[in-house]
Amino acid sequence: MDVMEKLTILADAAKYDAACTSSGVTRGGRAGTIGTASNSGCCHTFSADGRCVSLLKVLYTNCCCYDCAYCVNRRSNDVPRTAFTPRELAELAIQFYRRNYIEGLFLSSAVLKSPDYTTERMIETLRLLRTEYAFNGYIHAKAIPGADPGLTYELGLLADRLSVNIELPSESSLRLLAPDKSRASIFKPMAQIRDGAAQSKAELKLYRHAPRFAPAGQSTQMIVGATPESDRHILTLTEGLYKKYRLKRVFYSAYMPVSDHKNLPAPAHFKPPLLREHRLYQADWLLRFYGFTAQEILDDSHPNFDAALDPKSDWALRHPEFFPVEVNRADYEAILRVPGIGMRGAERIVAARRYGPLSFEGLKRLGVVMKRAQYFITCGGRMLPGLRCSPDSVYRRLTGLEQGLLGSGESWQQLSLFEQGAG
Amino acid sequence: MTAYRYDGTFAGFLTCVWDALECGIEPVEFLLPDGGAALWETREPATDRGKAKRLYTALAKRVSPAFQKLIARGFLTCLPQKELDLLVLIRRGLAEGDRVRLDLSNPVMARVNLALTKMWTEWDHLKGFVRFSDLDGALVGEIEPKNRVLPLLASHFAARYSGERLALYDRTHHEVFLSDRGRWKLLPAEDFRMGPAGAQERAFRAMWRNYYQTIAIEGRLNPKCQSTHMPKRYRHVMTEFLTDEELETGLPGRSAAGSLGDGRGNKRTP
Repeated sequence: MDVMEKLTILADAAKYDAACTSSGVTRGGRAGTIGTASNSGCCHTFSADGRCVSLLKVLYTNCCCYDCAYCVNRRSNDVPRTAFTPRELAELAIQFYRRNYIEGLFLSSAVLKSPDYTTERMIETLRLLRTEYAFNGYIHAKAIPGADPGLTYELGLLADRLSVNIELPSESSLRLLAPDKSRASIFKPMAQIRDGAAQSKAELKLYRHAPRFAPAGQSTQMIVGATPESDRHILTLTEGLYKKYRLKRVFYSAYMPVSDHKNLPAPAHFKPPLLREHRLYQADWLLRFYGFTAQEILDDSHPNFDAALDPKSDWALRHPEFFPVEVNRADYEAILRVPGIGMRGAERIVAARRYGPLSFEGLKRLGVVMKRAQYFITCGGRMLPGLRCSPDSVYRRLTGLEQGLLGSGESWQQLSLFEQGAG
Repeated sequence: MTAYRYDGTFAGFLTCVWDALECGIEPVEFLLPDGGAALWETREPATDRGKAKRLYTALAKRVSPAFQKLIARGFLTCLPQKELDLLVLIRRGLAEGDRVRLDLSNPVMARVNLALTKMWTEWDHLKGFVRFSDLDGALVGEIEPKNRVLPLLASHFAARYSGERLALYDRTHHEVFLSDRGRWKLLPAEDFRMGPAGAQERAFRAMWRNYYQTIAIEGRLNPKCQSTHMPKRYRHVMTEFLTDEELETGLPGRSAAGSLGDGRGNKRTP
């Protein structure tokens, strides 16, 4: 089998992993090496599904000894199987990198023989790339649950970011669909990576040449929609992962019907819950950058996202006591909570009002989009002149805006809900 | 009513600013050498690198280094008549000090800032969207940006491929970036053709196209989202959207169609 065929099979098998970011570490160019890395990452192209392609995302092999129901690579699935050799993969990554096709390598793998054996093969590939090819760019490697901690540590010294997939949002779902994996086997390497990275950071402060272990931290992903957890459950889990395991990112992947296993939704009429995934990402941003807690976004009386409204607007409508926010006086944190104002907008407002008081005209010129924000702010104590609204009409207008954004493509199945609300 | 005509360089622009400040002139237009006849009296101060340098240093010393950078970067944007806006900012900066950078809701400042944001976005896009071909060991590529981002991209690629020989051609501004193992320069260049690639290069291109096709998930196709993140105007120089022939002969893009000409095509917002 030539490299082209292997690439097709192993890229196809890797594509359901959502993460393709190259962020979290900055490294300038060094003589004698090839490559740099930048903290904000870099997208090299966007595939037809609109996802960023930053790294060469492939499996080392798709030969798997596990049988997870939701996974295309489960051993009971009849697909062509293959594996790269370390040199083939290193050569491919370097040649793609030289042409600026990619920002680095994302190496994952099915479990070949055993977690230890698989991790050893991955280490061999990365070592070749880092030493012989002097590759200084970004590497994301998947830690294989169940591998020896010593091997995971070695992998982390070669990679920038490690990830362990939590796969499904609860232990019971895991038992049902991934009998070879357990909650403990997933969280153990996660804790190891957290502690290893913290230790490495501390040592680097003392010794400049201390080994760097996973300098870009770790991430994880879970499949949404294959099992019955509520949005609140998922978001609370996410919050815990950010706090307890200091993850850099949690990725959500709408379940794609790749199997007709009895414990999974029947593939015939199943549509991937893309809108739900979108709402989870929006809420994820609120957790990471906007100072919200999971409890604020969703609670017992309100365990799932409103399909018709983004979580920030939803929160704002449920908390009329917080508004209106006076843009000339309010804290940065309060301004951040206004629907329609993002981090850049809030920063500009805080900077610009040091020059002089802001008017609605001025806000628009700053680049603040008023479509949503107008209902929630005052300038110099006044609402936008001529604005008439009641809580009901604001809800209608905000959902109307949202509907325009999402479009009415068939893939957004939940949109059928809108047709009643958006008259 | 006065217009300035200059050679299009930053030093030339700063010489005009010097002249305007010295003589108290408020020009209504800036023209390039081939920019046609003006309706009003035209001043053409000869580019004086000494004056330009003194003024440039003064921007950092009398206002702030960040302000100096704002002006220098602003000059690379494709904002129509950016010179007028930058002149206004320089006057204000020298009079009011660095505070002027906070006046984000001022129409001139807002316009320059918006143009800068767009330029940085384009720069950020192109860091990823540039495609090189290995032609006899040298990496060669082409871009067609709206803003003059090549000087900003140069240091990025020179550091990234410090052991390689590189050539990156800007079709809009007719400029080429050359780098030989970390040492680089920018040169004006009227024309540029990639030329045919060898079998190995074609094989990697084919693998990349194949990878690009494979990685998309069929159940999630979303061309609108794709175009939002990667506007179509970038695609006519990207390997994954072109055949080898199109890549090598240079698929005509915007400037060939005459829609943007010298890259000053951004609409000026009133």
